[in-house]
Amino acid sequence: MKILVAVKRVTDPDARIRLNADATGIDMTGVEYKVNPFCENAVEGALQLRDAAGGEVVVVSIGPEEVDTYIRTGLAMGGDRGIRVPLEDENLDSDVVARVLAALVAKEEPELVMLGKQAIDGDNNQVAQLLAGYLGWPQACFASEIALSDDQQSAEVTREVDGGLEVLNVGLPAVISADLRLNEPRYASLPGIMKAKRKTIDVYEAADLGVDTTVKVRVLKLESPPERAAGIKVDSVDDLLGKLRNEAKAL
Amino acid sequence: MIGWADLINDDERAIQDMVGRFVSTHCMPRITKDFEDGQFADELIPEIAKLGVLGADLQGYGCAGISPVAYGLACHELEYCDAGWRSFVSVQTSLAMYAIWRWGSEEQKQRWLPDMAAGRVIGCFGLTEPDHGSDPSGMKTHARKKGSDWSLTGNKMWITNAQIADIAIIWAQTGSDSGGIRGFIVERGSKGFDVLSIPHKLSLRASHTGAIHLDDVCVPEENRLPDAQGLRGPLACLNNARFGVSFGALGSARFCLERAIEYSVERKQFGVPIAQKQLIQAHLADIITEVVKAGILSIHFGRQKASRTLLPAQVSLLKRNNCRMALESARICRSILGANGITTDAGILRHALNLESTYTYEGTHEIHTLVLGEALTGERAY
Ligand SMILES: Cc1cc2nc3c(=O)[nH]c(=O)nc-3n(C[C@H](O)[C@H](O)[C@H](O)COP(=O)(O)OP(=O)(O)OC[C@H]3O[C@@H](n4cnc5c(N)ncnc54)[C@H](O)[C@@H]3O)c2cc1C
Repeated sequence: MKILVAVKRVTDPDARIRLNADATGIDMTGVEYKVNPFCENAVEGALQLRDAAGGEVVVVSIGPEEVDTYIRTGLAMGGDRGIRVPLEDENLDSDVVARVLAALVAKEEPELVMLGKQAIDGDNNQVAQLLAGYLGWPQACFASEIALSDDQQSAEVTREVDGGLEVLNVGLPAVISADLRLNEPRYASLPGIMKAKRKTIDVYEAADLGVDTTVKVRVLKLESPPERAAGIKVDSVDDLLGKLRNEAKAL
Repeated sequence: MIGWADLINDDERAIQDMVGRFVSTHCMPRITKDFEDGQFADELIPEIAKLGVLGADLQGYGCAGISPVAYGLACHELEYCDAGWRSFVSVQTSLAMYAIWRWGSEEQKQRWLPDMAAGRVIGCFGLTEPDHGSDPSGMKTHARKKGSDWSLTGNKMWITNAQIADIAIIWAQTGSDSGGIRGFIVERGSKGFDVLSIPHKLSLRASHTGAIHLDDVCVPEENRLPDAQGLRGPLACLNNARFGVSFGALGSARFCLERAIEYSVERKQFGVPIAQKQLIQAHLADIITEVVKAGILSIHFGRQKASRTLLPAQVSLLKRNNCRMALESARICRSILGANGITTDAGILRHALNLESTYTYEGTHEIHTLVLGEALTGERAY
């Protein structure tokens, strides 16, 4: 089975971020990128399926040359080869990403596309759904468990929904997005990192793939959340109740 | 913080990152308790082996074959948690595995190295004896020919990993007819081979340190390291291990400095954070200067190690500098935390205590001083 798995770099979630001068994005000076954690779940999920069913895992990312690092991490974890489509971050929205991936699917003809359920920078949660729409494939989002049928023609996907679990049966080819609970991503081993150096990463230009890269969504302005006011200490439980009742009107 | 970003390549960065992640998720959460309880996390050995750290800088035989700098960075991340972790990896990789890789026969390499890389076989390195530390040439442990085999008798002391070792690389005197000091792979369970724990340590508590007693232990000729002859055998291994020790010491220093900075910003005295006091800032400025210098030196020597131009005296310089620097930094950082610095929770005194061992093992500070003196003057003073 051939699986295409997409990875995205995101700003380090532990870094303290500031807005850039015109408040249209994040000031990246001194801030590092990390691979989106849900993408790691997707890679791990893809590797497990490949290890069980045989086949190939192709790790894909869209972005400048630096994103090769994150493709390599996927290759170091065990991915077979990589593809990068060079586009600058400013010129990407969920829709462009989905269209690029759809074009790669047409070229590579995988039986399965796996993605993280969302990227923790924009939290958009749209690419998997848009992609399935463009491809006309079934989708199973927020997978917390994936079981491939014996004939590899379908997959049973468990999703965590409010109040319980939903089990979907999707025919392949399909698009599956990974939730955190799908698995515990493996560490790229040191021998894995060394081997990844020798795996190929092909670069395909969006234009050559015939993708219209017009962005539909533009970020006009970002705002930092308001500073939280300092709390106060109360002297007694009665004080606290009084304030909750009269000032916060919470009781 | 150490200024390595532009000095290392993508693989080295990825390796440092991976080991750092492993350390922060697996080792960090339990190190305080392990140190307090005086135990090493044996159950994590299969995990760290899976990461490929054991024997990582060796070529072939199931080893990753990473660059010396990448291996140093891995040691650095391990010791950022605790020198006990780095010691475990150093002894397995740079002493036990390296001894076989460098001095062993092809059969010995095939037989042991893949299992050691996979963590299925743990090794230790027995050079030091109760009465012979800095001067191993006077070792009492001896090996005598007994038919086609060897009989080993003697005592080894302060041996890291001894209690969990499946094999011990034992250095023994064979007498001048047989080439002097020779190395032997002694298998655990051999008759006459006993290991005792060394209790009451205040340093490297999260690490196994044992004594090995050999009483007429029969070792087959096929377990003798054929290519090691004389003190050069063990010294080549130590020289190799000192490199990882040096990168490791920087990890301890970085941990202490980070804690001291955090604390100084939060801790208020006389109405302001102590970080606003110039004496505190001067301490921090001095330490970061030393750490950056040592960091750049380590990378530089690492590149030389890769191109095989690194001289033993340079390794002495590096080990001496980094271990002393880390120990002194740790002590000052401890003082910046005041009373809070003496608890195991703060971690700094734990590092400082560990660094007392790294200051002494793999050649004491004094001996490395004299090695440098000899390299400069030609006069041997040890
Ligand atoms: C935690 C720990 C783990 C260890 N693990 C191992 C291991 O795995 N394998 C192993 O073989 N060994 C191991 N060692 C032993 C270590 O290598 C020795 O402790 C070290 O070589 C010093 O020997 P010594 O302790 O006998 O001190 P000594 O050699 O007795 O030295 C005592 C003091 O005298 C100084 N001194 C000695 N000779 C001279 C001289 N000529 N001129 C000036 N000063 C001198 C020393 O610098 C030191 O300050 C370990 C030690 C420790 C503490």
